[in-house]
Amino acid sequence: MTADVRRSDEGRIGWLESSLGGISESIERAVFTEEHARGDGWLQGVDPRAKLMMFLVTVLAVGFTNSVVVLIAVYAILLATARASRVPGDFFIRRVWLGIPFFAGIVVIPALFLVPGPRLFDIPIGSVHLALSAPGVAGAILFVARVGVSVSVAVLLVMTTPWADVLKSLRAIHVPQIFVLILSMTYRYIFLFLHATNGLFLARKSRMVARTSGGEQRRWIAASMGNLTGRAFKMSNDVYAAMMARGFSGQIRTYNADHMQASDWISLGGTLAVAVSALIAQRMLP
Amino acid sequence: MTVLAERIEVADIAPTRTDDPIFHLRGVKYVYNGRHTALDGIDLDVWPGEQVVLLGANGSGKSTLLKLLDGIYAPNEGTMTALGSDIAAVASGTDSFRFHRRVGLVFQDPDVQLFCATVFDDVAFGPLQLGMTQADVKERVDESLAQMDIAHLAQRAPFELSGGEKKRAAIASVLSLRPDVLLLDEPTASLDPRTKWVLVELIRALGRDGRTIITTTHELEIVPGIAGRVVVLGEDRRVLADGTPDEILGDRDLLLRANLIHEHRHQHDGVVHEHDHEGDHHP
Repeated sequence: MTADVRRSDEGRIGWLESSLGGISESIERAVFTEEHARGDGWLQGVDPRAKLMMFLVTVLAVGFTNSVVVLIAVYAILLATARASRVPGDFFIRRVWLGIPFFAGIVVIPALFLVPGPRLFDIPIGSVHLALSAPGVAGAILFVARVGVSVSVAVLLVMTTPWADVLKSLRAIHVPQIFVLILSMTYRYIFLFLHATNGLFLARKSRMVARTSGGEQRRWIAASMGNLTGRAFKMSNDVYAAMMARGFSGQIRTYNADHMQASDWISLGGTLAVAVSALIAQRMLP
Repeated sequence: MTVLAERIEVADIAPTRTDDPIFHLRGVKYVYNGRHTALDGIDLDVWPGEQVVLLGANGSGKSTLLKLLDGIYAPNEGTMTALGSDIAAVASGTDSFRFHRRVGLVFQDPDVQLFCATVFDDVAFGPLQLGMTQADVKERVDESLAQMDIAHLAQRAPFELSGGEKKRAAIASVLSLRPDVLLLDEPTASLDPRTKWVLVELIRALGRDGRTIITTTHELEIVPGIAGRVVVLGEDRRVLADGTPDEILGDRDLLLRANLIHEHRHQHDGVVHEHDHEGDHHP
């Protein structure tokens, strides 16, 4: 779907088309990953609420850890868990580590030079000295490792749990029902509107018979935004009418008759033990 | 047009008019945004257990009439009662809760109806709003999914479904309320022929339970299978005719006036043919 809209009529990549295509692709990829969520691995068999709690416990432990060695150990456990859950290792690693150095790296660049302490090297450029701080580098490595491991935990949760179950399990930590419903509906309809937007671009492209000026393109984009807003408004009215037609009276009630099994509690307990061990180990390590 | 009537078995439910009508409309008018008249002076009575098809061309007001029957809109003019309630009270929300236990509307666009994360949640939405226990909700959801033959889709996300599956899920989401009256807005629109006839069979099966079913459509070929009575809406947004499927589908002039068929003239091997067409002409 997205490949067709990548190039504008002038043959160059239109940034808006490209961005929308990218967003659409990402969401479709998220949907595609439900293929793993429906697999028969270890994590897929754990109750989503237990998984959400396991996720929170692990992320908290990672956040409080100051040892890169401990973080590497936790990551090794995550890789083993991914393997036991039949999540392809290369896909799991690439999905996390291709973006993390870029985003987390940008954040820590100033710290590499500004944190006080011994310098690894000092390059004078005129009156400015480009000096890499040793504590800065250590802090940056710790930061990137923390972010990487935390994101890995989140990716593992999402890859082994259908979106619907992730949202439902939010109720276990007392996220208000109305908030969960809004999240769920947003996820449901954003996909629909992205497809509609791509449709608008394709429809325009199919009728383009000459080059258009920048002004004309901007006018078209503004008109398309208006069109989409109108459609979204109409659909929101229709959806509300559909809710009313099925007895909605302003108070949200959701179905949740599942019960945590002994194996779910054991998984949660195991995660808690790993988290506590990580925190104790990081105190003992130099 | 008799060919159309013979194409499938005629619906086997005869209208029963021993009780008072469940829907009673007199001079009903509905105007969108104070400008666009969607319905103009509709008189209509529907009795319990009837299988009514509202037949009309695009823009004749079929969907609007269905939304009025479901109490989503209230008429701008005229009087309308449904199941003994003044429909204005239902539309304003004061009598909505009780009313929607008994009347269910399946929207034309299933994407409007299926707003939850999974098919199960969508089908469970109605019973949950009625305050049922989780066990009762589960029982109703399982029953409705089985009725629509989509139990295997329970945990699927609505956007993953095909058009036909979405339609079935949308109907199941209303059936779980076990309504006495089922309102179906263009249930077979945009479906491939096989899926369309499967859905027609499902609607026939629902009708056999004695439910009142009111279906809008402009597809003449499905009418004999799902209708015991046909009400034709004209392009002037009024009731043009009301009768049995045989009477309505056999009246060529009426169908032409309602823009449900059109005359077509073309030439084969030098010989000019003239005949009627339903919908678009595909040479």
